[in-house]
Amino acid sequence: MTEIFGRFDFDVIARWISPGERVLDLGCGDGSLLKFLKVERGIRGYGVDNAPENVLAAIRNGVNVLQFDLEKGLAGVDDDAFDHVIMSLSLQTVRHTVLLVKEMLRVGNEAVVSFPNFGHRSHRESIARGRMPVSEALPYQWFDSPNVRFFTIADFEELCANNGIAIREGLFFDEGRSVIDDPNLNADMALYRLARC
Amino acid sequence: MNSVGIVAPKSVRFDHAISLKSGATLPGFELVYETYGELNAEASNAVLVCHALSGSHHVAGFYADQDKSTGWWDNLVGPGKPLDTNRFFVVGVNNLGGCYGSTGPNSINPATGKRYGADFPVVTVEDWVATQARLADHLGIERWAAVVGGSLGGMQAMEWTLQFPERIRHALIIAAAPKLSTQNIAFNELARQAILSDPDFHGGHYYEHGVVPVRGLRLARMVGHITYLSDDQMAEKFGRELKTGKLSYGYDVDFQIESYLRYQGDRFTTYFDANTYLITTKALDYFDPAREYGGNLQAALARAKADFFVASFSTDWRFSPERSREIVYALMHCGHNVSYAEIDCDAGHDSFLLDDRQYHGVVGAYLDRIET
Repeated sequence: MTEIFGRFDFDVIARWISPGERVLDLGCGDGSLLKFLKVERGIRGYGVDNAPENVLAAIRNGVNVLQFDLEKGLAGVDDDAFDHVIMSLSLQTVRHTVLLVKEMLRVGNEAVVSFPNFGHRSHRESIARGRMPVSEALPYQWFDSPNVRFFTIADFEELCANNGIAIREGLFFDEGRSVIDDPNLNADMALYRLARC
Repeated sequence: MNSVGIVAPKSVRFDHAISLKSGATLPGFELVYETYGELNAEASNAVLVCHALSGSHHVAGFYADQDKSTGWWDNLVGPGKPLDTNRFFVVGVNNLGGCYGSTGPNSINPATGKRYGADFPVVTVEDWVATQARLADHLGIERWAAVVGGSLGGMQAMEWTLQFPERIRHALIIAAAPKLSTQNIAFNELARQAILSDPDFHGGHYYEHGVVPVRGLRLARMVGHITYLSDDQMAEKFGRELKTGKLSYGYDVDFQIESYLRYQGDRFTTYFDANTYLITTKALDYFDPAREYGGNLQAALARAKADFFVASFSTDWRFSPERSREIVYALMHCGHNVSYAEIDCDAGHDSFLLDDRQYHGVVGAYLDRIET
């Protein structure tokens, strides 16, 4: 999923990761983020993905990849096994959202989550015109989208508040540029650092 | 497909005594092996392929004077294949206690001048790895680029990382388990009892009587075959198809599956040794590296220094994906490098011997990463 936004998403995540950390990347795709963090931060990382083609691509990319089904949670992973658990543009592709975010914070000291903001102005305009949004952040037609959960920045922050998840930092972007003013309307992507309350 | 072509086995004799895990000693032993590809000048491209229950040193290629003699993992090993003999020097070895030429129960016991038979000591996965290390010394291989194995072969790859952490860079553990389940042991015991209770077994000294415990060995193989296949695949392959089109109302073969099992069982008795079968099932039962760490697999694997590739198959119920995940989680918690692929394949445990696109894709991709 990460290829949609290119590297700026990676750069932000890399700033949140200290050198040598243990990192778990859920929905790692072809492993480019892990590879990037390995080079930039010298992390010891593992990617998780359940798509056979992604497992193959990640192995080719030289990273550790584990073929697990995220919908089944992370039951085999010990508490606090990782410094950071990342879901880069993949949270919207899993059904059990709350279970997974809680699992991320069980096995990791801190979670990093990025997702496309369905509340972005262009998406609202599209819906107002009576059509499902298709944009750089949401490049799929409704019938072939890998996304199964559609939520906004406001929705996500409410989910965190209702589930005892602390937001340590939130950064918002529109086509790669930082957004400060009304991110729920103006940002097409959000990045969060999350922790247990 | 490209083949390594005509191959011939070699053998090496080690004349110094070896003590085994059981406490028994052997005055010396011989190992039969084959090699494919060329060992490079730095001896940094050597890959050991470990065999499972009924396998041998004959991994790839074929014999000049023998029909149907293709090696058991020929679809994986060869020029341009996932384990590419253009890059790697591949070694296959028949394990100690085997029946394909390495010293085993049907070898002559120098102390008696007769075949060992039941007097051949029980050997373990640890013993196999220790003897494979002697072969590595003989071949001038200080450190394997990789050790690869499926099933019981995967257990040997794991054992290599524990017994000789400095002598292996990568372990590929395929369709294996960190130890046998209770059910696995139960099936092995069934197989052993079939052999031990055969009147032709003669306490393991059947060679002297000029007989083979054919019925027991046959039954053992039939039980084994059931556990190697998946329920779905068996149903798909044989269904309830009748051999002659009608029921016999007797105990001869009615269903195709009966015919298949009898055929597999009969064929096995023509080339496999019953004592080797007994020893090998014991080696399987005993393998449990976590045992001396109070059952903590992570603690057991901590001393490994290799990188790991683990793979399992969706329909394998003998060593299910869950068993491979135990290995993966333990390695991950140790902080070892590990990649894990769970292959969607309908052929049960035997999937590891098949040429599945995704399976060979990930194995090949992992091996391609290994520097030589």
